[in-house]
Parts: sequence; C-alpha cells; structure tokens
Amino acid sequence: MEEMTLLQEIFDGLLGLGLLWLAWRSLACTDMFKAIVLFIAFGLLMALAWLRLEAPDVALAEAAIGAGVTGALLLSALAGLTSTGASRHEVEQPEGVEKQTGTLHRLPILLLMLTAALLGYAVLSLPSHDPGLSAEVAENLASSGVSNPVTAVLLNFRGYDTMLEMAVLLMALLGVWSLACVESQRDSSADPILDMLTRLLVPLLILVAAYLLWVGAHAPGGAFQAGSVLGAAGVLLILAGWRLPSRLTGWPLRLVVLSGPAAFVAIALITILIGGRLLEYPTEHAGTLILIIETMATLSIGVTLAALFLGSSPEHEEKQ
Amino acid sequence: MNMVFLYALVGVGLFCLGLHALIMHAHLLRKILAFNIMGGGVFLVLVALAKRTEEVAPDPVPHAMVITGIVVAVSATALALKLMLKVSEETGNAELPDERRE
Repeated sequence: MEEMTLLQEIFDGLLGLGLLWLAWRSLACTDMFKAIVLFIAFGLLMALAWLRLEAPDVALAEAAIGAGVTGALLLSALAGLTSTGASRHEVEQPEGVEKQTGTLHRLPILLLMLTAALLGYAVLSLPSHDPGLSAEVAENLASSGVSNPVTAVLLNFRGYDTMLEMAVLLMALLGVWSLACVESQRDSSADPILDMLTRLLVPLLILVAAYLLWVGAHAPGGAFQAGSVLGAAGVLLILAGWRLPSRLTGWPLRLVVLSGPAAFVAIALITILIGGRLLEYPTEHAGTLILIIETMATLSIGVTLAALFLGSSPEHEEKQ
Repeated sequence: MNMVFLYALVGVGLFCLGLHALIMHAHLLRKILAFNIMGGGVFLVLVALAKRTEEVAPDPVPHAMVITGIVVAVSATALALKLMLKVSEETGNAELPDERRE
C-alpha cells in the first residue's frame, strides 16, 4: 500500500512538472506550429491531472474541447495567418531594442515573481480540510432528477449558469459570423484516406455523443462532453470537404444553433409560471426536463462548435 | 506536502507563466495561447481545492464551474482567433501596432 502511494506521489510530481514544462515550451518556442502542438499535448496532460483530482467530467470536457476543438481552431487560424502573408515564426526583437530596455526588462519578471509568491502564499494559507458544498449537493441529489452530482449542479442547482453559458456560445458564433469577410477554409479536394477515415469515424462519434448524453444522468458525461464530441465530428466533416447543402444553411441551421438556448429559456419561463422560481423543476419531472434541455443543448453545442471552426457564415461560403 | 496543494501550486505556476507570456509577447496567436494557459491554471486551482477533504467525494460545484469555464474559453478563443485573422488581413502582421517601436 505504501509503495502505491509513493508511486502516486512520483506520478503527481512528474505530471505537475510536465504540465509546467509543456506550458513554458509552448509559450517560449519561436515556431508557432510547434507551440500549438505543444499546447494540444498540454491539454491532454491536463485531462490526466483532472483524473488524478477525481474530476472525470472535467477530464472528458478537457480532452474533447480543451485539447481537441481548441487545437483544431488554433491550427486552422495558423493556416489562415500564413495564407495572409503574416509570418509563421515570431519576429525576433532587434538586439538594440533589447539592450536599450535592459533594466526595464527585469521589472515584469520581478513583478511576476512577486505575483507568483503572493498567489502561492494565498493558496497555501487556505484551510487544508474543507468539504465545500459537497454535503449540500449530496443531500439534495435525490430531488434533482439525476444521480451524477456534476450534472445535477450544471443543469439543476446552478442551471442559470449553464443557460447563460449557452448564450455566450451563441454570442461568440454571432461575432465570428459578423467578421465573415476574412478568407475562410480553402476547399481542398479531400484526401482519400481522410475521406475513408471520416466515413468510419463520424457515425462512431455520433454514437459516442449519444452515449455520453444518456450516461450523463448517472455517471461522468453530459451535454457539454457530448456536444463537443459532436462538434469534433463536424470538424472532421468540414476537413473532408463536406458542406451543408445550401437549402439547409439558412433557417434550418439557425434553428439548430438556437435550439439549446431556446429550450433552456422556454423551460425557465415555464418554471417561473408554474412555481414562481427560475429553473426550479418540479421534482417528479426534473429528470425528463433535464434530458430535454441536454439533448437540445448537445445538438446546439455540436453545431455551434463546428460553425466556429468553419469560421464564415454558410451563406457567405456559398457566394465565394 | 499533499497532492491537492501540489496541483494547486502547479496551477499558480501555469497562471504566472501565461501572464508573463501575455505581457511579453507581441504576436497575437501567442497571446491567445497564453490566455488559455492562464485559464488552465485557474481551473487547476479550483478543481484541486475541491478535493481537500479526503473522506468525502470532491465538491461537484467547482467541477461544474470548470466545465462551464472550458466551454466559455473555447468560444472566446474562437472569436479572438477570428479577430486576429482580421487584424493580420488589414495590416499584414499578426501584432497590434506599438508606437514605441516605430
């Protein structure tokens, strides 16, 4: 048993060092492509750290969104950047400038070490035993309609956070669409291997998304994890050269994007009308209502993430 | 030192590394990477501190907050990257203008 804990301590130490080292390399190396790849590796190590901290829900979200979708977005932006002529490598500052500001150069480092010391002290001065709100969550879990405590917090106890988060996702998409005149993904003829792989992977990803959505009620999983897996399927389809048929890019696409926030707002309004409180579900219907919201949210998150990756609004794409 | 505080301190370290890069690098893509790493540090502190009491299961409230945070971070990143492409399209350079250097 003692050997086991020693091994775990060594693992924790190495993982911590690995995270810091990857972050530092990703921020310090001059080649942007390398920096992004290191950042994706950093995201995967973060997923391991979440597992060590007994947060499998966060680990799933990190692996799918933090490492997967963010990495795809960064790489596609880098490709856009090189095509507009900006350098892939960071411009090195001329030596003269460096020397001139030599003394000033030290100041940020000193301030930063002070910040690190203060933050470290603040973290270490917190009480070492504090169960937080876990007792309250466990007490009310029976009335939440689901048995996974994280899903209960996300969609019942703090449902309005999640509702506003759906709005943030929608706002980001609106922002991206309104900047649509930037040259978007070039249509490359799909590589046959990628095409084959996509045909195999997309149905599997849809199945995994459905499983994660369903299992989220009582085990790690849920709308965000399922939505991001669906988004990843969308990204694959876009990379393989597939586009929505033009009759679907107008209202139908916008309806799917809106379905998540709209279902949330509709159920919020109904709960206000019935019980007078925002998102306070009647206990006997809580499970069903959460499943409805989660299904709509999964679809809408998946489509929104894929649309964020595509960049320009679909109609604009048609005109090009 | 127990593992909770080890991970929390790694989180502090990531936040500071990110903050340093955010201030010192001019390239906008690097700033976006730095911002994501700062966010990762904050998430690590939150989730580590949720596990302080060994006897009971970790506090699910910070977990839910971090999941929300990850999704908000990816939306903000997508918008920031689009804005960066717009800047580089206008100026041919993925950096914000700096009066001192001109």
